[in-house]
Amino acid sequence: MILFFSIALKTYCMNKLLQFSSITGKVIMALAGVFLVTFLGVHLGINLLLLSDDGGRSFSVAAEFMSSNPLIRIFEIVLFAGFLVHIVLGLVVSRQNRASRPVGYVVANRTETSFLSKYMLHSGIVVLIFLALHFSDYYFVKIGLVAPPEGIGPHDFYAMTLHLFSSTWYALFYMFCFVLLGIHLNHAIQSAFQTMGWNHTRYMGAVKVAGTIYSIAISLGFMVIPLYFILFR
Amino acid sequence: MNYTLKIWRQKSAKERGEMVSYQVSGISAEISFFEMLDILNQQLIAEGGDPVAFDHDCREGICGTCSLYINGRPHGPVRGVTTCQLHMRSFSDGEVIHIEPWRSKAFPVVRDLVVDRSALDLIIQAGGYVSVNSGGIPDANTIPVPKHHADTAFDAAACIGCGACVAACPNAAAMLFVSAKVSHLSLLPQGKAEAVKRVQKMVARMDELGFGNCSNTYACEVECPKLISVTNIARMNREFLSAKLFSEKEKIVRDSI
Ligand code: HEM
Ligand code: SF4
Ligand code: FES
Repeated sequence: MILFFSIALKTYCMNKLLQFSSITGKVIMALAGVFLVTFLGVHLGINLLLLSDDGGRSFSVAAEFMSSNPLIRIFEIVLFAGFLVHIVLGLVVSRQNRASRPVGYVVANRTETSFLSKYMLHSGIVVLIFLALHFSDYYFVKIGLVAPPEGIGPHDFYAMTLHLFSSTWYALFYMFCFVLLGIHLNHAIQSAFQTMGWNHTRYMGAVKVAGTIYSIAISLGFMVIPLYFILFR
Repeated sequence: MNYTLKIWRQKSAKERGEMVSYQVSGISAEISFFEMLDILNQQLIAEGGDPVAFDHDCREGICGTCSLYINGRPHGPVRGVTTCQLHMRSFSDGEVIHIEPWRSKAFPVVRDLVVDRSALDLIIQAGGYVSVNSGGIPDANTIPVPKHHADTAFDAAACIGCGACVAACPNAAAMLFVSAKVSHLSLLPQGKAEAVKRVQKMVARMDELGFGNCSNTYACEVECPKLISVTNIARMNREFLSAKLFSEKEKIVRDSI
């Protein structure tokens, strides 16, 4: 009986989930995306403390605050949900999009339009791979799922960072991921405005410029850190 | 001028198709693309072959019947024109011209370059109309319409329903077409009364028919022969959202075809 109900409930939920309209799906995805965009700014702010010349003290204080403040702990759950929703919808939407043209063209499309906007899934997947790596490097260490590197405490994020960036390959891969994140964001920010219906000739130009500046700032901001560690440590 | 044409040939919806090469020579630069295809077809008929099937009707850019994906672009290389308004002077002598039908799950190939675009009609049938007879031309200023709305509605109404937006879109989405129709009607007083229902019904139908999701690449706007703007898509998203979030009685769950 219980089994029957749970199966019925599950099919109902699945049907409901798969039934939302194309626009609803995109709006939810954009909302989650915009949330992630603001989160990136906060995260970058904290990471830049790594550059201050105090042996990691201010960074550790900030990291400690982030991992102990109860409000931020709640926020963390919302953040994970945001990532999950964005990624799941990104994959579902991309799959539907592929299915809507089962037979492709012989000559690839030559429409003169924003070229990188067609590679949101690809840049997104690189970011996803980065996220997996980032989780196993920091978050799983923090919650004790993964053992920290030898001689480093599970909450000593400064030492972990130094350790990770001591590998040039790791630092290079890190920078590569942020180039792709920048590409993702460059299209994403103005795209989210359009999806929400906030496209107006009066301000869309400004939104596009601001989005590009923000994505370059985020991308370069994160990349400066490994560069600094490679060059000066 | 001489051209090599590589054209998609497919006998029927069920058979497999392929690109076939043809040569045409002595073509005047001043004739239209379709006159060039007419010459090719005469040539094929004289040789006892099958002429190439392609859609065309008015040949002056107003009916929306013509199509063709030419060298990677719907309606060919010139911006803001339909294929029937394209001339051979837009191609260089000796050029290889690839001609394919429009590709979308919702536009099955009927034969050669002809696709079935009745999916667009089904979207119109779902709500792209005004249900009551709104009468003859009203006296000037008896129905106030802001000039800006009249202009924007008129621009949107220029959509000829050709489907180039779908053909150009990497996701085969029909958002530009649907948003043009939604905007054109909802901006005017006669269409406004049904705006809340209309947008929900048309979007639901669009989704059912297998068109993709909009990812804002804006390829549609570039290829649209009538230069319909993607601000119409934003307007439709806005209308759709407010209909779903704020309308009380007129919420539409999917109705089936
Ligand atoms: C910090 C990470 C990320 C941020 C800030 C972000 C942000 C955004 C934003 C704001 C959009 C525009 C949404 C819209 O217009 O509807 C977007 C689109 C997209 N994102 Fe992300 N994203 C991130 C990570 C990812 C990941 C990991 C994936 C993995 C699959 C992904 C896949 C996509 C796809 C496929 C689109 C395009 C969807 C479409 O327009 O059809 N994103 N992203
Ligand atoms: S919006 Fe433009 S490209 Fe799309 S159907 Fe209308 S006229 Fe054709
Ligand atoms: S044939 Fe009528 S628009 Fe081209």
